[in-house]
Amino acid sequence: MRDPLELLDVAGLLTGEERQIQETVARFLADRVRPHLAEWFEAGTFPRELAPELGRLGLLGMHLDGYGCAGTSAVAYGLACLELEAADSGLRSFVSVQGSLAMYSIHRYGSEEQKQRWLPRMAAGEAIGCFGLTEPDFGSDPANMRTRAIRDGDDWLLRGGKMWITNGSIADVATVWAATEDGIRGFLVPAGTPGFTTRTIKNKLSLRASITAELSFDDVRLPADAQLPGAKGLRAPLSCLNEARFGICFGAVGAARDSLAVALDYARERVQFGKPIAAFQLTQQKFADMGVSLGTAALLALHLGRLKDGGRLQPHQVSAGKLNNVRAALEIARECRTILGGSGITLEYSPLRHANNLESVLTYEGTSEIHTLVIGEALTGHAAYR
Amino acid sequence: MNIVVLVKQVPDSGAERSLRADDNTVDRGAASNVINEMDEYAIEEALKITEAHGGEVTVLTMGPAGASDSIRKALSMGPAKAVHIVDDALRGSCAVSTSKVIAAALGGLNADIILCGSESTDGRVQVLPHMLAERLGVAALTGARKLTVDGSTLTIERQTDEGYEVVTASTPAVVSVWDTINEPRYPSFKGIMAAKKKPVDTKSLADLGVDASEVGFAGATSTVLDHAQRPPRSAGQKVVDEGDGGVKLVEYLATEKFV
Repeated sequence: MRDPLELLDVAGLLTGEERQIQETVARFLADRVRPHLAEWFEAGTFPRELAPELGRLGLLGMHLDGYGCAGTSAVAYGLACLELEAADSGLRSFVSVQGSLAMYSIHRYGSEEQKQRWLPRMAAGEAIGCFGLTEPDFGSDPANMRTRAIRDGDDWLLRGGKMWITNGSIADVATVWAATEDGIRGFLVPAGTPGFTTRTIKNKLSLRASITAELSFDDVRLPADAQLPGAKGLRAPLSCLNEARFGICFGAVGAARDSLAVALDYARERVQFGKPIAAFQLTQQKFADMGVSLGTAALLALHLGRLKDGGRLQPHQVSAGKLNNVRAALEIARECRTILGGSGITLEYSPLRHANNLESVLTYEGTSEIHTLVIGEALTGHAAYR
Repeated sequence: MNIVVLVKQVPDSGAERSLRADDNTVDRGAASNVINEMDEYAIEEALKITEAHGGEVTVLTMGPAGASDSIRKALSMGPAKAVHIVDDALRGSCAVSTSKVIAAALGGLNADIILCGSESTDGRVQVLPHMLAERLGVAALTGARKLTVDGSTLTIERQTDEGYEVVTASTPAVVSVWDTINEPRYPSFKGIMAAKKKPVDTKSLADLGVDASEVGFAGATSTVLDHAQRPPRSAGQKVVDEGDGGVKLVEYLATEKFV
């Protein structure tokens, strides 16, 4: 079996159009991205010039309607995330943040003028967005954020800082969440606004082919129309995160599939004690467990996708998907590394790169602990966050 | 510019391919079927020409019902519409009868340029563009690595083993291309979603006024009588270096006429 997802014939559940979108992304990545991934990861860079190419395909904000966006189904978006993360989580993170956090926040909560100004350029990959919610001292507990927006006449003064912001230092516009007298509100802050500075976070062991930054706001003066008029309260940024998490449910399956495919290839070729290591029962137990785990994760993601397209997806279901699929993918990537032996610790093989990336994915956009409590609350009726 | 691109569905050349035991035709059932790779370059060239000079691109495919998959994929790259010639009697058609059917279908399409790949990855006979031009009574600009359109004048660089020839003709003409001519685009998601709404006109032999006895197995001018699997690769010849390895290698290359 070349593709371990064939085990449960997951592709048989897709429409022709969904398959073609998935195949197109896979083909683009094989041609334009995969040959360079190890190099980008090693150098700790994300090639910004890739953004217009992603835009031409229609990958940026692909599940949004109008303003130059492709307007695909949620399942098609998920499958694109799956293929992107099968290449590298850093690339999928770029697309998630651009489409599901930055563009989605403008698309859902922005004024018509804000949408016209930003969305077509963001869909084309000409403008890059980022999304600032997390702060150095407030991760899982964003309600207590320190960043403040204070009224000054008609203007706002933005004061504070954000941390762990994907695309932060390459973004042309930041969606920034700040506490105001009336509760949490969202603001669009263009790069270059006086007082707005960014610092790229170096020395990462994970998501190296992705830019992560710290954002600082030193009394940044914003006009009244910088505020996202539709966003009121913490519910707004959380709804954006829910969009991105949905993509992660599929993306994690991609990282796991790629790890497993690489380990299967290797085990068929690698001979020890006179036969391929794939023929040993201990190796087969690993493969069988991983194949089942991968297949169930894919089915779960697809189920959530169908619920989303039907308008019935609940946040706790996305939590279940992210918790299960990222955890499963991380276990698979690590187990695949054991099959690769010593070779598995270099960038020549993808599983350890995927595993390292998934350490971040396990934490960002809702930690596994928080998602556990979301599911706990859904089941018991008791919220146990504090 | 009205351009018709000939698109053939073929078994994926990157996977295992086989002929059927019963009638020696391509086993489509066992294969993963895709657009003939060279035809993607023809589609790209057609789209580039109409983007620069205006006009419309039509995809023309002759093939079984399952070829509609490849037609949708071709349309997702950008052509406006397609014609699908499908008829059970076409099974087993040789190049001569294929050119007869395609020429008949082109009759109603009013094409300024008929673009196609120089060969298909399954048949690889390379004769269809020539036969088609002959039947239509138009120029055959074949084997192009570059195509320039200037009004109704078409100029190609015809790729040869030694270099290239510059060949010019007036429209209408048949132009076949090699994969050196451009870099085919990826279909965009919008293109993929739009493709399913584009018109695909299905034509039978009766619609085209071609008699079933002239095509398929019945009218074939050449027929595959038998086929055999390629023999497995043999072990090869080992050269042991006893100080004269280089000489032995050159001797071997000389006997094989490589040097």
